[in-house]
Amino acid sequence: MKLNAEEQAMLAGELGEPRRWAIEHMMRVGRFFDAPDFVEVTQAHIMADTESLGEAGVEFLEQMAALPEGERRVRIPMITDPRGIDFCHYKRLRQTDAMAALEQRAIDAFESFGIMMTNTCINYQTIMPPVRGEHLAFGDTGVVIYCNSVLGAYSNFEGGPSALAAGLTGRTPRYGLHLDRNRRATKRYRVNCQPQYLSDWGALGGIVGARAGSYWEVPVIEGIESPPGSDEMKHMGAAMASFGSVPLFHLVGVTPEAPTLESVCDPDALAAETIGEADFEQFFARYGGKGEKVDVVVFSAPQLSLLEMQSLAELLDGNKLHQDTDLLAVTSPVVAADARRMGLVERIEASGALVLEGMCFYQSYAREMGEANGWKRLMTNSVKLTNIIGGYGYEPTLSNMENCVASAIAGEIV
Amino acid sequence: MATIELSCHVGVGPEVSGEALVTDDNFSARYDLDRIEGIFSRPQHKLAGQSYVDKIMVFNTAKGGVASAWMLHEMKSRGIAPKAILFNNVNPILAQGAALANMAMCDRFADGDVTQLIRTGDRVTVNPAAGLVTITRD
Repeated sequence: MKLNAEEQAMLAGELGEPRRWAIEHMMRVGRFFDAPDFVEVTQAHIMADTESLGEAGVEFLEQMAALPEGERRVRIPMITDPRGIDFCHYKRLRQTDAMAALEQRAIDAFESFGIMMTNTCINYQTIMPPVRGEHLAFGDTGVVIYCNSVLGAYSNFEGGPSALAAGLTGRTPRYGLHLDRNRRATKRYRVNCQPQYLSDWGALGGIVGARAGSYWEVPVIEGIESPPGSDEMKHMGAAMASFGSVPLFHLVGVTPEAPTLESVCDPDALAAETIGEADFEQFFARYGGKGEKVDVVVFSAPQLSLLEMQSLAELLDGNKLHQDTDLLAVTSPVVAADARRMGLVERIEASGALVLEGMCFYQSYAREMGEANGWKRLMTNSVKLTNIIGGYGYEPTLSNMENCVASAIAGEIV
Repeated sequence: MATIELSCHVGVGPEVSGEALVTDDNFSARYDLDRIEGIFSRPQHKLAGQSYVDKIMVFNTAKGGVASAWMLHEMKSRGIAPKAILFNNVNPILAQGAALANMAMCDRFADGDVTQLIRTGDRVTVNPAAGLVTITRD
């Protein structure tokens, strides 16, 4: 890789050990993906939950955090993805003191780098939405696919170590989605029915993600008759990234790089696959369980927007959850504060539900929580969550928010 | 005994040898594994129930979340990790994770589908710096 004078100084250790480690780490990754050089980035966002960090990851951060302040401070604004613990509620969730203690150690280390603990995967809705053409180093696949696709920003998936390296140096290797040539559509899908609920948009993301199936494929979608809103895009993107590791999609006539089909592909050279009613039915059919007891209903992954919190409050108003069913609504600290101020949290929790903030369900020791609380059958409107949670010992069921709430009240899947 | 050499893109991590465990399925450390027990835990995964510890794993591609970047490092620190992971095409997350963990990882094989070229049980040596994978088969 070609290094400029400053990057060479970092590699030589002249700007301290953290930046030396960072540039060396990114050079390994850059060589792997044939990056010619580095590109400067304006923001970094890091996955910060201790379930993925583990003791080893926290120790890695602590060692770096013990170095002199001038060496360890990040150079660009840097924020965090959801953590694994909501300190106000972890005992009720039967998470352990050891989990909370490890989480606190991670927070202390992150803060010593000058990282802002935003604890959110909806930063594009709540913190600082990127603009078109802005180069970023964002963690969380849902964040990256949204910012690339909906906002026209440029980011690869940056795992924790690489996001930290980008924060410390203000740059990232120039490969993948930082290059215009990798942003052209390689797969084409024509939708001939219109998604309605957020779970339908998630299902469309899941179908496209599973078919496209790789980080290096870029789907373009035709046939959407009216532009979806931010929450619809959020659920679709998160599911697509989850099912296919896909980091970018184009929606013809909607997303900024695809005002027309011709602007992202040669239509004569790229045949369209159809996605219809039957594909959606088949997608939902994989999640059975109708009539069975539901142990926990979870709204999370991605964290809920203020609008989703309002919808949930309206559905729960005047109702009580079944005594054997829990309902968790997970949102960001920013949304939680607004929702509390507006009385939405109180309305949601009056039903017996619990509002959690700054965490995400699947990043919060989901296996241990499931075993401690007796949660097996999980119902959600998040397609992304259904894709992940099976590996943690749950049996997921997918439906829209209305049916999920009705099931939590009935105690069985309606 | 036959020896087969496969060339691939330059990878990351040290040279290692071990027994291959191969699937044409995809991989995520978050979605697919019980990392405490060292087995594939997602019921739908084609290797469900099998141990990945000290294996040379071979997959089609990488799936899903950014967590795997921390997780490979965490798994290796406890000694409950694969020795190497090979893919047809990997995503940045797994490559970043291997770079942090100093775990051998390679992809983009010149001779075609690596999930067909290598068989479960093969003795495999992975040399990421050279972009070379050597199979020894009885």
